[in-house]
Amino acid sequence: MSTPWRAVAQVMGLPVSVALRGRHAGDRTGQDAWAAVVAELREVDRVFSTYRADSVVSRLDSGELTLAEAPREVHEVLALGEQARVESAGAFDVRRRTATRTLRLDPSGVVKGWAVQRASAHLTALPDTDFCLGGGGDLAAHVADPGDPAWQVGIEDPRDPSRLVARVPLRRGAVATSGSAHRGAHVVDARTGRAPVGVASVTVVAGDLTWADIDATAAYAMGLDGLDWLRARPGRCGLVVLDDGTTHAFAVRPPEAA
Amino acid sequence: MTRISLWALSTLSVLVLLFGYHTSTEGAATAAAPPAAYSGTLAGTTDPTTDPTSSGSTSDGSTSSGTSAGTSTTYTGDSAQTQWGPVQVEVSVADGTITAVQVLQYPSGNGKDAEINGYALPILVQSTLDAQSADIDMVSGATVTSVGYAQSLQSALDQAGL
Repeated sequence: MSTPWRAVAQVMGLPVSVALRGRHAGDRTGQDAWAAVVAELREVDRVFSTYRADSVVSRLDSGELTLAEAPREVHEVLALGEQARVESAGAFDVRRRTATRTLRLDPSGVVKGWAVQRASAHLTALPDTDFCLGGGGDLAAHVADPGDPAWQVGIEDPRDPSRLVARVPLRRGAVATSGSAHRGAHVVDARTGRAPVGVASVTVVAGDLTWADIDATAAYAMGLDGLDWLRARPGRCGLVVLDDGTTHAFAVRPPEAA
Repeated sequence: MTRISLWALSTLSVLVLLFGYHTSTEGAATAAAPPAAYSGTLAGTTDPTTDPTSSGSTSDGSTSSGTSAGTSTTYTGDSAQTQWGPVQVEVSVADGTITAVQVLQYPSGNGKDAEINGYALPILVQSTLDAQSADIDMVSGATVTSVGYAQSLQSALDQAGL
């Protein structure tokens, strides 16, 4: 297999990377699809960013806008956030309590994975072309022909991000990792408001990035309880690295095919 | 490129795992038929019971190279049938610790599996690796902001065009 064509863009405050193999790797059609991915993510940022006072989410939070006035995708993201809150018994929540005890709307924990997954449709549409699309450490991958070689995904060592702790061959699916290696403590258990203790990183492999990302974030927020929770999540596998260096892998059957 | 060459350390290997494979620490969970959930628990090269404060590649590397020359024994696991197909691994053990795992057999993607599962088999092959020798396409790690990007492994991969 030849070297993939690659590109990087800075969107939503994150590096977004693409690798393409096959018919449209690097040609005009492939580059147009990549441009469409970037354009869609920039639009997502305009709607969802909590850093922009004029975003839909910021205006919802301030009461300037009502939910009824919000675009459809905001409803979609909030519904995912609510599902995640229920399934994680409250550890994951798009509404977080600030130091002053006020509730702030922050769907960022859903938006990144959801947005990259959704934007990847532009690449899935490329015939005879494989892609791997990464956004800030999470990624979605696809091979056009299931017989194509898998993408090789490295899982960063949370104790030494210049090294890898595992490798995941991936043909169709997504990998998300949550931890504090680069940004420090930014994920908290929504029930306590406290950062998790004892867990260095959680990696989840799933069918789509929306849920891989949600599950990785939720399990990381749960701290040492996260592994047991993941072991009851159908269709996921992955890896939990604890602060003491021990590594725990899990894999759960997908639901029976309908 | 400089950093990549630094990562090209000679000793890696180490741990483990994947589907259908159970380490001795969870041997009781193993059943003849594939269970509904697979799990494995593996200690890292930095043995937490003997050296809880040590971490990082230096101690990892020296530990691995030391034990590999010692009383290492290789075990070939049974071919385990999973819903994704057969999986078989070979494990090297020294002093009761897994020092290397090699996947001898794992399911190749096929249309049927991909269709049923929505995604092809992801196998975690756990080992401390440098990115180049592992031929890695992309890296998953704790959220990398644009600011931290220059330091990330993904950045190096993009620059190297790997």
